[in-house]
Amino acid sequence: MRGSLKGLAAGGVLLIVWQVLVSAFAIPPFILPGPFAVAGTIGADWQLLGWHAMVTLVEILTSLVLAGLFGTATAIAMAAWQPVRSLTLPVLLLSQAIPIFALAPILTLWLGYGFWSKVVMALLIVYFPITSSFYDGLTHTPRGWLDLGRQVQAKPALLMLRIRIPAALPSLASGLRLAAVYAPIGAVIGEWVGASQGLGYLMLFANGRAKIDLMFAALVVLLAVTLALRAATELLCRSLLKRYPPA
Amino acid sequence: MRAPAISIAGSASIGGEHIFGQLAASFPAARWTSLLGASGTGKSTLLRLLAGLSEGISFEGRITSYDGQPLVPRTILMQQADLLLPWASAIENVMIGAALRGELPQEATARKLIADVGLGGLERRKPTELSGGQRQRVALARTLAEDKSVVLLDEPFSALDPGTRRQMQDLSLRLLRGRTVVLVTHDPLEAARLGDRIMLMTGAGIEPVDLPDSISSESRTSDAAAMLMRRLVSAGA
Repeated sequence: MRGSLKGLAAGGVLLIVWQVLVSAFAIPPFILPGPFAVAGTIGADWQLLGWHAMVTLVEILTSLVLAGLFGTATAIAMAAWQPVRSLTLPVLLLSQAIPIFALAPILTLWLGYGFWSKVVMALLIVYFPITSSFYDGLTHTPRGWLDLGRQVQAKPALLMLRIRIPAALPSLASGLRLAAVYAPIGAVIGEWVGASQGLGYLMLFANGRAKIDLMFAALVVLLAVTLALRAATELLCRSLLKRYPPA
Repeated sequence: MRAPAISIAGSASIGGEHIFGQLAASFPAARWTSLLGASGTGKSTLLRLLAGLSEGISFEGRITSYDGQPLVPRTILMQQADLLLPWASAIENVMIGAALRGELPQEATARKLIADVGLGGLERRKPTELSGGQRQRVALARTLAEDKSVVLLDEPFSALDPGTRRQMQDLSLRLLRGRTVVLVTHDPLEAARLGDRIMLMTGAGIEPVDLPDSISSESRTSDAAAMLMRRLVSAGA
């Protein structure tokens, strides 16, 4: 509660600084429109902005769900089986050495200008933080619990299910928090490379027509989407950790 | 349940670092043996070896159970940390062994054990809703649920406040009767109170401590503790 109040205060200060800059230096609206102008555009074009925001949001959510499924599955497989680990770990590290944004044109080439090239772009970006943080948690089960498992002759699969996975959920949560912030970047990059809808597309469209206020409006909406996503992820993680509290 | 006598002889090191040298000790069947020593003498390592948790320890020597049957499957280790799963209720924690083996949970048995350790009615509590002493009672019930004939206690009472510790000691004495118990401790009073036999572990090895007959029965424990404390201090010097 206090955190969100502080956030609001910081946002307010930022808006004031923005307006003061625009007024004091008489910046023309086609370079930087003031916050009132942008708010006006959001009010006038809310249907247009809402539609494109919805498109981007669905891309982001799809990528997050898929990355969550693939990422947790990969992490569990890596933690459970040595061959999977030695096969996957180098690939994962290599994938981090490639600037993933550079893949965006290739994804568009392969998957077309539609929905999936954006989803896969975002997925590629968030897959790594989810997988690596969860894997890290799964391989750092407290030693005492592993001793306990050994002593009671636990089946490896049941030890994984009942102790190692629940104990690794705090690590998974930190991966998910990162993913929620990174996923919008992936979707927007995908839309920049080639799209006919979405906030990234709208920004380029507005830029090309010198509708700078609309470009800023799209940016503000993207910011709002990202913040909402972050808040929703935080709620999800908290309820998860309430049910499975860390030791 | 036939509790075996056990013996260990040999030396151990971890990662090339010497832990204990050539030592030999035996623990009588169905009795409590206190293994008393200062920190860093390798008491916990010795206990882990008996429990079969030897990963990372290079041990050269022999561990024998006198009845000739394999020892490790008959041991259970109870540590200072209660190791309760914070997301599981007290009764689920007591039944965790069966759950990890994929066996049907014996809920009636678990309930009885929870009642035995004095926590009847608290079966559904989560560990965060229990005090430190209550949590260690749940850990004792979990240890009993495995029903092993050799129980290895690695300072399980040392994190408790004195009153609670005393209760836990008495409870454990009563509930673990008939099993071969090895209690690792650095507390002379605890060693004297609980041990049928006391072994002193120092950098030089393990030696049994014979309590002199002159110690009268009423003040036996405190006199013995004072004597053990002197031995412990002189061994450390």
